[in-house]
Amino acid sequence: MKIHPAYEMLRPDKNFPNVWCPGCGHGIVQGAIIRAVQKLGLDRDEMAMVSGIGCSSRMPVYCDFNSLHTAHGRAIAFATGVKLHNPKLHVIVITGDGDALAIGGNHFIHAARRNVEMTVVLMNNMIYGMTGGQYSPTTPIGKRASTAPYGTAERDFDPCSLAKAAGAVFAARGTVYNAAELEKLITQALAKKGFALVEAVSPCPTLYGRLNREGNAVKMMQWQKENTVNVKAAEKLPPEKVRGKIVTGVFHDAETPGYTEIYDRVIAKARGA
Amino acid sequence: MSKLVSAQTGNEAMAYAMKQVNPDVVAAYPITPATEIVQIFAQYVADGDVKTEFVAVESEHSAMSACIGSAAAGARTMTGTSSQGLALMYEMCYIAAGLRLPIVMADVNRALSAPINIHCDHSDTMGMRDAGWIHLFSENAQEAYDNMIQAVRIAEHADVQLPTLVTTDGFIISHGMENVEHLADERVQKFIGEYQPQYSILNVGKPITVGALNLQDYYFEHRRALADAQAAALPVIKQIGEEFGKESGRAYGLVEGYQLDDAEYAVVALGSTCGTAKVVIDSLRAKGEKAGLLKIRSFRPFPKDEVVQALKKVKFAAVLDRSDTLGGYGGPVFTEVRSALYGEASKPPVAGFIYGLGGREIDMEMIEELFRLMKSGEVKPDSVQYLGVRE
Ligand SMILES: Cc1ncc(C[n+]2csc(CCOP(=O)(O)OP(=O)(O)O)c2C)c(N)n1
Ligand code: SF4
Ligand SMILES: [Mg+2]
Repeated sequence: MKIHPAYEMLRPDKNFPNVWCPGCGHGIVQGAIIRAVQKLGLDRDEMAMVSGIGCSSRMPVYCDFNSLHTAHGRAIAFATGVKLHNPKLHVIVITGDGDALAIGGNHFIHAARRNVEMTVVLMNNMIYGMTGGQYSPTTPIGKRASTAPYGTAERDFDPCSLAKAAGAVFAARGTVYNAAELEKLITQALAKKGFALVEAVSPCPTLYGRLNREGNAVKMMQWQKENTVNVKAAEKLPPEKVRGKIVTGVFHDAETPGYTEIYDRVIAKARGA
Repeated sequence: MSKLVSAQTGNEAMAYAMKQVNPDVVAAYPITPATEIVQIFAQYVADGDVKTEFVAVESEHSAMSACIGSAAAGARTMTGTSSQGLALMYEMCYIAAGLRLPIVMADVNRALSAPINIHCDHSDTMGMRDAGWIHLFSENAQEAYDNMIQAVRIAEHADVQLPTLVTTDGFIISHGMENVEHLADERVQKFIGEYQPQYSILNVGKPITVGALNLQDYYFEHRRALADAQAAALPVIKQIGEEFGKESGRAYGLVEGYQLDDAEYAVVALGSTCGTAKVVIDSLRAKGEKAGLLKIRSFRPFPKDEVVQALKKVKFAAVLDRSDTLGGYGGPVFTEVRSALYGEASKPPVAGFIYGLGGREIDMEMIEELFRLMKSGEVKPDSVQYLGVRE
């Protein structure tokens, strides 16, 4: 029998119930993360997977890494603690648009500002999935949610621009439709020494799709396929051709020393080295 | 007049009460199992059924902060939450009470992390039992509805001026459907009356500062005033409960005794467990056993005198706690009841039982067993035990 390549990274013997709905994008993101880790040959004992609360944040339960499933919004703060205690660890943060940008927005911008070395995979389904489809800071203006039955009146965040402006070294966006590209972006992010964000656009057919009449999971995937433009192509297009589309690719890639590196320098200096 | 009855879950009943109260501001953040309350309310707002300003904030901390701002501006303000959400509000909840802002909150009781759990226990509200809020526990969806309406009057009463929370047991009440009898909209409005804030930061004719620094000079007096307001709330809760009874046929007190007058053995409990206990008591009574229940409706302020009076004649009382004090001696209800009885000449022995954490089932057999243990003398007075846990 052929064993799935991701199998060794999962916890199949634990029988944790799968909470993800059929057609949810979050599982595809998990696959992309596992392949990226395998491709880089990272040692799992040298890694930690930290998440908050949400459908997306369930991932560390299923992955066989050192993991912390914490409180809603606090994943990045916990991850900062993990990283500072053991800077050798590769820290991956699994979070959602609500977890990272609403209740945890403060941690997001400050970890980016400090450039704490971690890879943040933000599953953006533009809604609070777990609690029943309330609008989030990434719900596009005018879209429906259970708290906005006639559409939201609030403007949305662009997580990549936010991360860049706050000081991150890497910001990229992929979709679950293009899982190969997503995997590549996560691989790049994992290699960075600083705060690296990968926003994974992940459909929530159960709530966002239903409330916005976007059809079933297949239709939502189809939509991603037909409405994604790579950032390089987007730069050459007139703005009206890009509006309403998902722009993917690397938006920001810089080399700035990470927080633990600078911290070590301060220690060395204080010791008179 | 015909009765207005509909089948509602606890969450629907609470949302409906909020609709009838028609507050000026609701600020909230979703959390299981309280999400629906606010979500249903958001639909009322969207459909223009209420005139409320609905603020969908980015966390519970912000929700209570927004509530404080709105209440300080003189607006009738409500919110709803549960568990971790309430825990995140704690800092602001102490401030709401200290500033004497009559905010009304629906709190659906759920266990606190860690481990993560979404089911019922009372740890979340007990975590703020000393915050200065009034705590009203509900036995079922009907009481949740009735309490929400009374809470507005209690909180805003001139002698009280305290934030008030109304609890339901997560999933057991919040998601269980039952017949709920409503008052007509006009009667709810008449019952709660128009809110006349005594102070408001928007009153330009009489400018005030809210929340200024108090050090050794006045802090103590302000905290003492808070304690006095809690004490003053006792007769107010009773009086409003009686008035509500005239309006609806369902009167409320600080506590409720069930088959207690001639009871030899009693259980003391909060919330939905009282419903289960009543069924057990009925069946024990049918067999000639003198079993009774003391339900505590107002946990804050704690009705010491009523509790003493109610338990005076029983031979033994088992006090049930759906939360633990971890390091204290017995759960919060047990410690209150035992302390209330301590100086009394005529008092029953009591024992504490901690049960149902994280939604662990409490069934009729377990309550029946408590009565058997009390009667057979197998429970040691003053002992504290865990009920229904794997040792
Ligand atoms: C302090 C606190 N408030 C609220 C909640 C309820 N809650 C759990 S997950 C969630 C939103 C999750 O949204 P997101 O991060 O976008 O994840 P998704 O489910 O969409 O993947 C909320 C509000 C909580 N667990 N803790
Ligand atoms: S509710 Fe949405 S985000 Fe949550 S598992 Fe289902 S599809 Fe995924
Ligand atoms: Mg989301």
